[in-house]
Amino acid sequence: MGLLSLAIWVPIAFGVALLAFGRDEHARGVRWVALVGAIVSFLVTVPLYTGFQNGTAAMQFVEKASWIARFNVNYHVGIDGLSLWLVLLTSFTTVVVVISAWEVITERVNQYMAAFLILSGFMIGVFAALDGILFYVFFEATLIPMYLIIGIWGGPNKIYAAFKFFIYTLLGSLLTLVALIYLYNKSGGSFDILSWHKLPLGSTAQTFLFFAFFAAFAVKVPMWPVHTWLPDVHVEAPTGGSAVLAAIMLKLGAYGFLRFSMPIAPDAAHEWAWLMIALSLIAVIYVGLVALVQEDMKKLVAYSSVAHMGFVTLGFFIFNELGVSGGIVQMIAHGFVSGAMFLGIGVLYDRVHSRQIADYGGVVNTMPKFAAFALLFAMANCGLPGTAGFVGEWMVILGAVKANFWIGLGAATALIFGAAYTLWMYKRVYLGPVGNDHVKELTDINAREFLMLSLLAVAVLWMGIYPKPFTAAMDASVTELLRHVAISKLPR
Amino acid sequence: MIDKLSWVAIYPEIVLLVMACIIALVDLSSTSAQRTRTYVLTLLTLAVVAVLTGIAANDGKTIYGFGGMVVSDPMGNWLKCFATVALMVTLVYGRPYAADRGMLRGGEMFTISMFALLGMFVMISGSNFLLIYLGLELLTLSSYALVALRRDNAVASEAAMKYFVLGAMASGFLLYGLSMLYGATGSLDVNEVFKIIASGKVNHQVLVFGLVFIVAGLAFKVGAAPFHMWVPDVYQGAPTAVTLLIGAAPELAAFAIIIRLLVEGLLPLAIDWQQMLTLLAIASLLVGNLAAIAQTNLKRMLAYSTIAQMGFMLLGLVAGVVNGNTYNAQFAYSASMFYIVTYVLTTLASFGIILLLAREGFESEEITDLAGLNQRSPLYAGVMAIAMFSLAGLPPLVGFYAKLAVLQALIASGQAFYIGLAVFAVIMSLIGAFYYLRVVKVMYFDAPVTASTVSAPRDVRTVLSINGLLILVLGIVPGGLMTLCANAIVATLAN
Repeated sequence: MGLLSLAIWVPIAFGVALLAFGRDEHARGVRWVALVGAIVSFLVTVPLYTGFQNGTAAMQFVEKASWIARFNVNYHVGIDGLSLWLVLLTSFTTVVVVISAWEVITERVNQYMAAFLILSGFMIGVFAALDGILFYVFFEATLIPMYLIIGIWGGPNKIYAAFKFFIYTLLGSLLTLVALIYLYNKSGGSFDILSWHKLPLGSTAQTFLFFAFFAAFAVKVPMWPVHTWLPDVHVEAPTGGSAVLAAIMLKLGAYGFLRFSMPIAPDAAHEWAWLMIALSLIAVIYVGLVALVQEDMKKLVAYSSVAHMGFVTLGFFIFNELGVSGGIVQMIAHGFVSGAMFLGIGVLYDRVHSRQIADYGGVVNTMPKFAAFALLFAMANCGLPGTAGFVGEWMVILGAVKANFWIGLGAATALIFGAAYTLWMYKRVYLGPVGNDHVKELTDINAREFLMLSLLAVAVLWMGIYPKPFTAAMDASVTELLRHVAISKLPR
Repeated sequence: MIDKLSWVAIYPEIVLLVMACIIALVDLSSTSAQRTRTYVLTLLTLAVVAVLTGIAANDGKTIYGFGGMVVSDPMGNWLKCFATVALMVTLVYGRPYAADRGMLRGGEMFTISMFALLGMFVMISGSNFLLIYLGLELLTLSSYALVALRRDNAVASEAAMKYFVLGAMASGFLLYGLSMLYGATGSLDVNEVFKIIASGKVNHQVLVFGLVFIVAGLAFKVGAAPFHMWVPDVYQGAPTAVTLLIGAAPELAAFAIIIRLLVEGLLPLAIDWQQMLTLLAIASLLVGNLAAIAQTNLKRMLAYSTIAQMGFMLLGLVAGVVNGNTYNAQFAYSASMFYIVTYVLTTLASFGIILLLAREGFESEEITDLAGLNQRSPLYAGVMAIAMFSLAGLPPLVGFYAKLAVLQALIASGQAFYIGLAVFAVIMSLIGAFYYLRVVKVMYFDAPVTASTVSAPRDVRTVLSINGLLILVLGIVPGGLMTLCANAIVATLAN
């Protein structure tokens, strides 16, 4: 079994074991097994980074075996510079999420932990899959654990949120399935994604495919105007669910654009780039303004996620190296930062059981350590230099200015709005005099929470100060992608 | 003079018939309320029959017997094998339920089920219009009796009556259509009819006229809209064990006669029956999925879900012949076969759960009766959730590959109309996902009404766990079953 297979199946195996043998009577043991599982799953992904060859765009750690002979479907996995860091981000986030749930989840602990571990394996599968059906199976399968996570451990309106999440994302991905089968027939019976990249396609077919993929990936990212599920779902999901959703699940959509839409339908991607850029800019500016007026912390961060993901898609569709690399860096950075923001809100919610900004005030007085962490993450969220949030946004803005000054200017305004809504929230929640009795009784974070937040803080700072390992790994793949996308696939 | 080969073609049927008679006699001396002896004997017989048909299927040989009256081919043998296993599973799930309701006071349930299975076998292996019709009647007459088994129960009797009246009408349709064909072609033999029609010397109008009745009769039997009216009422009204008996294994036999009649006999008329099936499929997907949303009764919801699933299965049959070219046929028909086999597997699991939760004097038919099942028994909630997600067509469960295969058959035709049909089908399965998800929601998100744990006899527990696991395992490695269906269909088409 190769390293990538281990990365996919180890967390799933731990999850299944927890489902089969875990009981609430020995919740303590269940938590430890889950933590060990998450750490082992993370450790098996580390060699993917240390063994990764920079400077080549070829797929690495490739494994290929026949899976469904009838349809020529293969178990074909491999990673390149586009997916390497997403795999590591996934396994890292799972560790953090398991820690975050430690004493918070007391009912059906084994199912909760198992859902996250299995979900982690599925998501790594999405990033590693090089076969259309394998990709689709993992992509869709992620819905099941997430649906259960939201529905079982969510807030008061969880049922609505769970259904909205499921139905919304299923609609998009079912159309993608039709597109995948269409490509299978067009390519003479192959589900190999890499061979689809080379497949010549007419302009109608490309447009059809582009929008079929768009249906799945735009909903997942989510792009304006199909973003409305995200705030509802974030508000109701349990803390861990929100963190994984924002940190990784949104990236499944953005990754889809890189792996499917752009290389398979490059002419359509160029033709419709204006639309993608327009939608991205609306997400950055308009949704940024919407975030400003939110009174619910989770909703605010959810809208801020939509705005930040707007940067990602913007970067992709300006078709230059800075833009695409910036978009990918922004994906990773947003994974760390948004995960941290949601876990921070979770820390407060566990104590006060409210997400309303108005219910807080002066938290810094009672929870100084926590407020320091929160400040770091808030700064990262508005893109302060030296934090992870800065690198990606800066690269995308530079790339955008290169492409067109006005697009760059529009994107740059996001930095202002980002700072506005994040810092304003920080001020209202953390600064000032102690707001009410609840805040007065707050106790500062314990060792577990400290550990969880410091893991994320290290990641955020590391990426902000020394982003080279991130960009170096993806350079060759991005160059190759852009070279590929620049060549028309229309039959002459 | 009947040659030896003829006996080889039907020996599983002979074993079944002889044992059914013996078991009926043995049962006379049994007095226990559980009918353990009859039950064990029946299961043993069915196991033997399943093995016999499995061996014959694995052989891959096609044998015609009794002057072409019956055929023993891989498709038929596999379907027989699956139908037998499905019946075994049904009896395992249904026995505690039936015993609680006094349905085992006589051992009829077992013997009649075996005769129903014999009817299915005859349908599946019939290569002659009359024989197929006889098999169908043996199956349906046994089914009427089974539905009416609780004769002191008003709802069940009403369901039996409805089933009988509508079923008799459907049989009438089918028979009338077959007689038109006989009139036009002068033969009752399926292969003979094929040759005569293919020669093009027969009046097309008469053939299509007969075809309409045949398709209508078949649509009645599989429960495709607009001939679906009986399905919800009978599913809901019949005792749940019997619902499973008529809802699982017979679907396989119905699929077999669709292939025998429409493909083996009437393939030259494909352009006509494909249009009819397309309309039936669209109507079934619409009616089934939309009506299922409104249901509060679980059995009724599953009935509408069956209608929708049959619509999807029929979609596989409409893309076989494109512009007179049959290159897509083996993909299309094997997709449908895979669909129906996996559908039966999933149906067994979902009704198994309903049967399990029913207790003496309590039917557990409402969707809300499943509330909080996850807290009461994670295992059974898991099995039900797997079944529901599979019916909704989500990977990594087997239902996804069934839908994938059918969609692939549609899109491979390369026709814009069929691609549009594929898009329509996926949108309908999105609507379908909603009501399947609702069942999962009730089990996992709602609080339980009773705290009592769920207990089950060991045989039920084991079979149900295997059943659920199989839906998952076949979802992870679906290749084997797909190849099996493909080879079976290829062998059938080659004749």
